[in-house]
Amino acid sequence: MLEFFNTLATQSFLQNALLGGILASIGCGLTGSFVVVNRIGYMAGGIAHSVLGGMGIAYYLGLNPFAGALIAALLAAIIIGVIKLKWQHQEDTTIGAIWAVGMAIGIIFISKSDGYNTNLMSFLFGNILIISDEQLFIMLLLDIITIIFVAAFYKQLVAISFDIEFAIVRGINVNLFYLLLLCLIAITVVLLIQVVGLILVIALLTLPAAIAKQYVHSIGMMMLLASVLGMIFTSTGLFISYEPDLPAGATIILVAGLAYFISSLAKSFIRFK
Amino acid sequence: MTKDMTKAAIEITDLNFSIENLSILENINMTIEQGDFAGLVGPNGGGKTSLIKLILGLYKPQSGKITIFGEPVKSQRKAIGYVPQYANFNSDFPISVQDTVLQGRLGVSSCFGRYCREDKVIAQKVMQETEVFDLAQRSIQSLSGGQMQRVLVARALAAEPKIMLLDEPTANIDQRAEKDIFDIFKAINERMTILIISHDIGFVSDYINKVFCLNKTLICHDSTPVTSDTIHKLYGGHVSEVHHHH
Repeated sequence: MLEFFNTLATQSFLQNALLGGILASIGCGLTGSFVVVNRIGYMAGGIAHSVLGGMGIAYYLGLNPFAGALIAALLAAIIIGVIKLKWQHQEDTTIGAIWAVGMAIGIIFISKSDGYNTNLMSFLFGNILIISDEQLFIMLLLDIITIIFVAAFYKQLVAISFDIEFAIVRGINVNLFYLLLLCLIAITVVLLIQVVGLILVIALLTLPAAIAKQYVHSIGMMMLLASVLGMIFTSTGLFISYEPDLPAGATIILVAGLAYFISSLAKSFIRFK
Repeated sequence: MTKDMTKAAIEITDLNFSIENLSILENINMTIEQGDFAGLVGPNGGGKTSLIKLILGLYKPQSGKITIFGEPVKSQRKAIGYVPQYANFNSDFPISVQDTVLQGRLGVSSCFGRYCREDKVIAQKVMQETEVFDLAQRSIQSLSGGQMQRVLVARALAAEPKIMLLDEPTANIDQRAEKDIFDIFKAINERMTILIISHDIGFVSDYINKVFCLNKTLICHDSTPVTSDTIHKLYGGHVSEVHHHH
């Protein structure tokens, strides 16, 4: 157990990992709260998985895979958003298609590059132990963009999530804010990929926020609590996984999942007592 | 914002509306004057909610015209307060009563960013009027149907509208609470026009000065006396008359 803290004190890779988890948690708390109250986990899943297409192409071309991820995430967010707003009936099918096609493109491009398995695995399941200083800086930047956007348009975002028709009547451009919200999800997904990988992103995006929702009654408090919970889950998961050399991303998700299970159980126990 | 008193609050001319080739409303002509307390009654599926949503500009008519104070709907949205059907409501949402009511200030508030002092003062005033001020900090998840309904009325009032559109505001509450909430509407009617959807002709008739019966098209309007013949036309028979005593 001491080894973790010794390494943490001396080795920058573990400091970066811890810091990466904390930075990712801020994004997941802010955006995850909107994903949970809007019940758009499936949409967020579509955005997250299609990102592999962008990562694969960027990787094949020798560019930064995270730049590719960001472009692909924003593109998927806008396509899914427009489909949701214009052709609601096909929403389900289209998201599924974008989800799978994005991944297929990614797999084909990565298979034609060197280091197929290692890279594919780290895209899919994350590798928190190899976060570079540069990546931390990008994560910080994405966090700042998210915070500024949410702070500036908090009341509009809450209004469209709560009652979209009333928001229209009150003259809010709901289509614009809906697309911006999905773009925010795209940014957060990219933030989280390095930490838990794109397969597990949805869990970290929704579980802390879903737990927080059980205890607070404002979106602002939900964001705050979800961010703190995210930090606890990523740090705890990292700590538990370190010595037995378990995959950190998967351990983090198990910690979050267990916390959600216990919290829901405790909550229903209190309610029916 | 004083309105020209000669203009009708809501004027609908030759309105037709359909969804995917299914005709919902046909040949609707109606006028609601300023200060009216109008009731819109009719069977489920008769197009009441569609008509309200057309007036709000949420739906587009196939043909015909709707004006609010003589102007197109979109330019008059600030003048309209809307209380949606409670049944369609996300009552699981983590939000306090006060923050819900404050949403009524969107689009009319002069403040950018967060809600400001002026917004809060107005929210408190309307919460007092609808008797939910004591619940201001409570979560909406903990409210009863009647309390939630009054919160939604307060939210609509927070916009300081000139017209209130209410869709079945008493569908989920008991009769005593129903009377209380109609007394609030009566007071509100002193300063604004009201159009209310109700399933209960007998009840609303104690309060309203104008009734419109809708089943795809207008069966009766203005002050046509509502006879059992009209009710038959409206609901298609098999309706037993129940007299309400309040």
